Amino acid sequence: MLSVTGLSLLLAVAAFSQPTFPENGVADPRHGYYAFTHATIVKDATTTLTDATLIIKDGRIVSAGSGLKVPAGAVEIDSKGKYFYPSFIDIYADYGIAQPQRAGGANQFNPLQQPQLETATKGAYGWNQAIKSDAEAYRVFAVDDAKAKPLREAGFGTVLTHIRDGAARGTGAVVSLANEKENLVIIKERASAHYSFNKGTSGQSYPGSMMGYIALLRQTYLDAQWYKNKPATEGLNLTLKAWNETQDLPQIFEANDKWNNLRADRIGDEFGVQYIIKAGQNEYQRIKEMKATNATFILPLNYPQAQDVEDPNDARFVSLNDMKHWELAPTNAAAFEKAGIPFCLTTSDLRNVNLFWSSLRKAMEYGLSESKVMEALTKTPATTLGIYDKVGSLDAGKLANFLITNGPVFNEKTIILQNWVQGIKYVVKEDAASIAGTYALTVTTPAGKEDYTLDVKNASTVTMFAKDTVNSKFSFDGKLVKISYAPMARRQRPPIPDTARRGGGGFPRGGGAEQALPVTATRLSGVNNGTEWNGTGTDSLGNPLTWTATLVKLAEVKMDSVKKKDMPSVGKVVYPFEPFGWEDGQQPKQETILIKNATVWTNEKEGVVQNADVLIKNGKIASVGKGLADPAARVIDGTGKHVTPGIIDEHSHIAAASINEGGQSVTSEVRITDNLNPDDINIYRQLSGGVTSSHILHGSANVIGGQTQLIKLRWGANDDDLKFKNWPGQIKFALGENVKRTAFNAGNNRYPDTRMGVEQVLMDAFTRAKDYQKAWKTYNDAKDKKGLIAPRRDLELDALVEILEKKRFITCHSYVQSEINGAMEVANKMGYTVNTFTHILEGYKVADKMLKHGSFASTFSDWWAYKMEVEDAIPYNAAIMQKVGLTVAINSDDAEMARRLNQEAAKIVKYGGVTEEEALKMVTLNPAKMLHVDDKVGSLKPGKDGDVVLWSDHPLSIYAKPLYTIIDGTIYFDRQKDEQLQKDVDAERLRLVRKMNGEKRSGAPTIPAQPSYQIMHTCSDHGHSHGLLVIDSDE
Amino acid sequence: MKKLILFVTAFTALIDSYSQETVLPAKPQKGTMYITNATIHVGNGKVIENGTIKIKDGKIEEVGANITVPAGDANVVDAKGKQVYPGLVLPTSTLGLVEINAVRATQDSREIGEMNPNVRALVAYNTDSKVINTLRSNGILLANVVPQGSFVAGSSSVVQLDAWNWEDAAYKTDAGIHVYFPTLMPRPAFGRFGGGGGAGPQAPQPDPVKEGLEKIEGLKTFFKEAKAYHADANHEETNLKFEAVKGLFNKTQKLYIHASTSKQILVALDFVKEFGLDMVIVGGSESYQLADLLKKHNVSVILQQPHSLPTAEDDDVDQPYKTAAALQKAGVLFAISDDDAQTRGRNLPFNAGTAAAYGLTKEEALAAISLNAAKIMGVADKTGSIEVGKDANIIVSDGDILDMRTSNVTAAFIQGRKIDLTDKHKLLNDRFEQKYDLKPVKKGF
Repeated sequence: MLSVTGLSLLLAVAAFSQPTFPENGVADPRHGYYAFTHATIVKDATTTLTDATLIIKDGRIVSAGSGLKVPAGAVEIDSKGKYFYPSFIDIYADYGIAQPQRAGGANQFNPLQQPQLETATKGAYGWNQAIKSDAEAYRVFAVDDAKAKPLREAGFGTVLTHIRDGAARGTGAVVSLANEKENLVIIKERASAHYSFNKGTSGQSYPGSMMGYIALLRQTYLDAQWYKNKPATEGLNLTLKAWNETQDLPQIFEANDKWNNLRADRIGDEFGVQYIIKAGQNEYQRIKEMKATNATFILPLNYPQAQDVEDPNDARFVSLNDMKHWELAPTNAAAFEKAGIPFCLTTSDLRNVNLFWSSLRKAMEYGLSESKVMEALTKTPATTLGIYDKVGSLDAGKLANFLITNGPVFNEKTIILQNWVQGIKYVVKEDAASIAGTYALTVTTPAGKEDYTLDVKNASTVTMFAKDTVNSKFSFDGKLVKISYAPMARRQRPPIPDTARRGGGGFPRGGGAEQALPVTATRLSGVNNGTEWNGTGTDSLGNPLTWTATLVKLAEVKMDSVKKKDMPSVGKVVYPFEPFGWEDGQQPKQETILIKNATVWTNEKEGVVQNADVLIKNGKIASVGKGLADPAARVIDGTGKHVTPGIIDEHSHIAAASINEGGQSVTSEVRITDNLNPDDINIYRQLSGGVTSSHILHGSANVIGGQTQLIKLRWGANDDDLKFKNWPGQIKFALGENVKRTAFNAGNNRYPDTRMGVEQVLMDAFTRAKDYQKAWKTYNDAKDKKGLIAPRRDLELDALVEILEKKRFITCHSYVQSEINGAMEVANKMGYTVNTFTHILEGYKVADKMLKHGSFASTFSDWWAYKMEVEDAIPYNAAIMQKVGLTVAINSDDAEMARRLNQEAAKIVKYGGVTEEEALKMVTLNPAKMLHVDDKVGSLKPGKDGDVVLWSDHPLSIYAKPLYTIIDGTIYFDRQKDEQLQKDVDAERLRLVRKMNGEKRSGAPTIPAQPSYQIMHTCSDHGHSHGLLVIDSDE
Repeated sequence: MKKLILFVTAFTALIDSYSQETVLPAKPQKGTMYITNATIHVGNGKVIENGTIKIKDGKIEEVGANITVPAGDANVVDAKGKQVYPGLVLPTSTLGLVEINAVRATQDSREIGEMNPNVRALVAYNTDSKVINTLRSNGILLANVVPQGSFVAGSSSVVQLDAWNWEDAAYKTDAGIHVYFPTLMPRPAFGRFGGGGGAGPQAPQPDPVKEGLEKIEGLKTFFKEAKAYHADANHEETNLKFEAVKGLFNKTQKLYIHASTSKQILVALDFVKEFGLDMVIVGGSESYQLADLLKKHNVSVILQQPHSLPTAEDDDVDQPYKTAAALQKAGVLFAISDDDAQTRGRNLPFNAGTAAAYGLTKEEALAAISLNAAKIMGVADKTGSIEVGKDANIIVSDGDILDMRTSNVTAAFIQGRKIDLTDKHKLLNDRFEQKYDLKPVKKGF
């Protein structure tokens, strides 16, 4: 009989042979037939058997249970004191897959290289190089024991591996981590289909934005559906074919971030797919939203590292968010457990697989339970992938993938001794603890015998003494023993009592480590023969010697019980996860608000009313007048102050993850709304400037840009609640220098390169849209659809048809008169209207024509001379257009200026002599009109939304400050409260800086302070810097 | 009659279409001139109600409430109900060096190389830039024309904005040496968006602080050698770069360090301590954090753009508006600039106005764009305030110049010369008001 600890003598289990492979030698058939007896067997997270037996054969579990008889032919292994667990499953790996390499094409990050407009993949594949649905991990998978070993040592026996390249990545394969032929370790060849928001090695310019990824995936779903009808015009498309063939597999989306998770989930919702979502570290910041996806998540366990913020000048640029996230990231998995969201755990994203256990323990310290971990590493991934019949528990018939440990697996001091994969033993660590005990050592030298006592603690720690303690060094590697020692010189010390060693940081401190050994030390080398060690050696004089150490008494095994540590105290999650965010429950609420005795700018026929009251109730303007009262109202004294409707910015690029999809000249399929970002500090900053609604536009990278989104600046809301409800959509068009890519360093290779081409892009797009519209009409009108194939749905043309059907409105970035006229001429020919000309700095030259066409104008007050096409821009532009009869707005296109739009409106009085009332309308009612929401916002009319600003002074004066900014009757900005919030921000920063410093002083590793840079999106029309920490997204 | 004259003026302008070639620099002012009945904002904090300014041969001869204007003197500008200010000074600008930023052919602000102390902005200053007159329309009569660069960029000069050519425009020549400091901050890893493995911030590659400090040490070595060079009257060879900074050591030139962070500014103090130079911090968005040290070392500051976003997310949302008040409180000599590339400096008074909304008095805010700017530029003996002996650089406005709601410059004088306030924008406005038969808007020119 063998014991687990005595297994060293057992030959490694021979590899299973494959019938088709000829043997070079003599056949050696074996079955790996073992019975592990007297073991504690944890079959799954909920079933634990004690004194039980596990029988395996041919790489599978034959049975596991109590009172099983050891079958004849099986090798019995006494496993007393050992624990057995199903090996873990990593559902998100690229094990055995070579790093994908860029195959020709452009480097998308090189500004000096011309964009690659078409796919560089050769063959009968689809149009976009980032869609690699035909990739199949199992075909390229190759066993890589150097990578498998650390995973096995961490406890994993099975992984799902895939090629991490592209927005669609094809199929993943379930493989074991056995070091055997691929034929045998591939457990399931097509186990999953993979997606991401990353084009990987594709150098193709499209998609170049988050919106683009979403649109590309949506269109591919539609195309694949359409391809099922085998449209002759498409020919063979291996990409779409593979896409369709892999739809029934578990669909896994690598999203890596809380908002991206939602973006992915929404794509799935649209096409009836429930993705399994590979998350990031920050989902705890929006756990309710995560829950609502109904997805199973795959959670990585990497956390931000502590930063060295000792130097206040370095700490200054590390944001509160980053520090809070450092503190809270370890709570992520626990937050999922608490919310009842199913999840798997992965080693993915860890800097090193070796960090798995320390990271896992950290997650557990922050509230993740043992049983949940067990599930997340076994049953959940197995059921998620539909392989629970094969792995994930210790049940008969499953693969013999199991761990043997010397105690409960999650105990801090427990060691994984072995990890058996497919019935093959892999030693992780020798059970050195099992040698702990007292040994009698006899050294036989030419001078005679010396007797010592060895008190072995573990594989590297021994206390050796005769009469006194002897200075010694010891190592044991499972088989070989090495001891060296020298009698202690003067400073002899008594053995250090056990208790004093506790809490020494867990690092073994051998008796010999107390004092360096002289070079003349006696050196012993021997072998563990079971209960006796025998060896030879050399004494201090160089004489040969022999020695024997005999076990006197094994140390009693004392397993540390799981120490229940208190959950570390951490700061609160705030919404949004930004400075000035609200703690849960502290979010501002809708109130009944009565502003008394103010100067009220109604933007209605009443005009500006002195000493008037405004009552806001149920989120709406209830009344405007004198002597109003409401007992339930919070009364705000408006004496000497001014009330206006909230400011509406017709042209903004805040609060979005991306704004420019410049990969093609026509990208009407992309939508800002797909990638709103509620965690933008500029929302709060603009509230402080009285802005209540912002029209978030696509950038000006192309002629037909993306669909826009109107939002209300509801600070703290999620991406969905940020949206302005019930507004007809708009879309961004652009003309001139930006779409011609005048500023491109490498020169432009994308059509168009001239204003002539711009006009043709528009002509072409709408011509195609009309044909498309007609094709659908023909199809829809056909009574008998037999034999008819529905036209291919084209998201790009859908949006253009919406324009033709007046369901979607255009806002068109434009500057010079020729292009303005050109755009209107195309519109007239094609039967649509350019709803708004935005920027429109030469609008004054063709204002009469714009009026006739029926356009609105949204412009800057005084910008000019930053590029050639604004050479003739004048600050009188808005006033001239207004006098000609156009409805004119002043917009920002700038996160800074948006805070001062009231001042920009004032400049139209200064330069153009419009009345103050008309000027204020240019940033309130007029933008509401061009956005087709003037029935809801833009003036103080009973029934309209309660979007109101109370100003300290005349609203067109530079001295005016918003005291309250109210949206839907909810006070989102309160200048007094802002002071308190600022103090809270400062206090929380201080606390976290101190905590990080404490971490550093306690010896924890830190990285240099990382300034928290912010990405900012603009129309590419900016000549000014937004400060030290802002990176223009165009850079 | 008066109406007729106005009409004729407008008409003449129109004939010349929308160029401003007809806007002539004014002839030298000869004899005596009075501006009367004015609310005079002196520029030094004082306000004189119902005051009179006596100007003779381009200089201010008398200022006060009790100045008698000889009866029948024809040369009187009645400023009743109007606000009179010193001509505003734009303390940093690429005016005349860059016409249209996106058009490379029109860029003359940035020379190749990192050690260009000898490069002179003045010689590229184009007096015919269309931008100039739009600044005059908002009261800006002088500007410091500054070269840009990646380290030592060259010298700046102060120009007055009514001249035939740069030689005539020069008001103070080559008086500032401009150094653009390294950031001393790590830059982020590229490609934060859409990263594959969701990798967090990566450790920066080379140490930017170390690199930056080495670069700055190199500049110190340069100054040491320059000083030694000037101590020796007989050079074997002439070093133009040393020659260009000679004035720094006798304080006829100032050292302008373009820097934002505390760390940069602290490092820059070496130039004061070690070389005893007159130093100005340009940018200075973080200057409020060490205002007392700046005061202690007599370092002045040019706040480049109060109309800015806060540097850090965690900052007070109004911090850039409040920074001027913090410097004022600490007694730091500072000026306010407007380097916005979309509006080209025309919003200088409103940047100051915002500082007034957030803690400065209006007169302090005015000083930041007039007298204090002139002091920093080294031209306070000639301009920056309406005081006796100075050039008559004066503007007249309908109302508070700091507030766009009231600011409307109706007359301006440079060295007593009444300048033409026509600009390209007004001409284009006129042209198209004609097209649409709109009522001409009287804009005071």
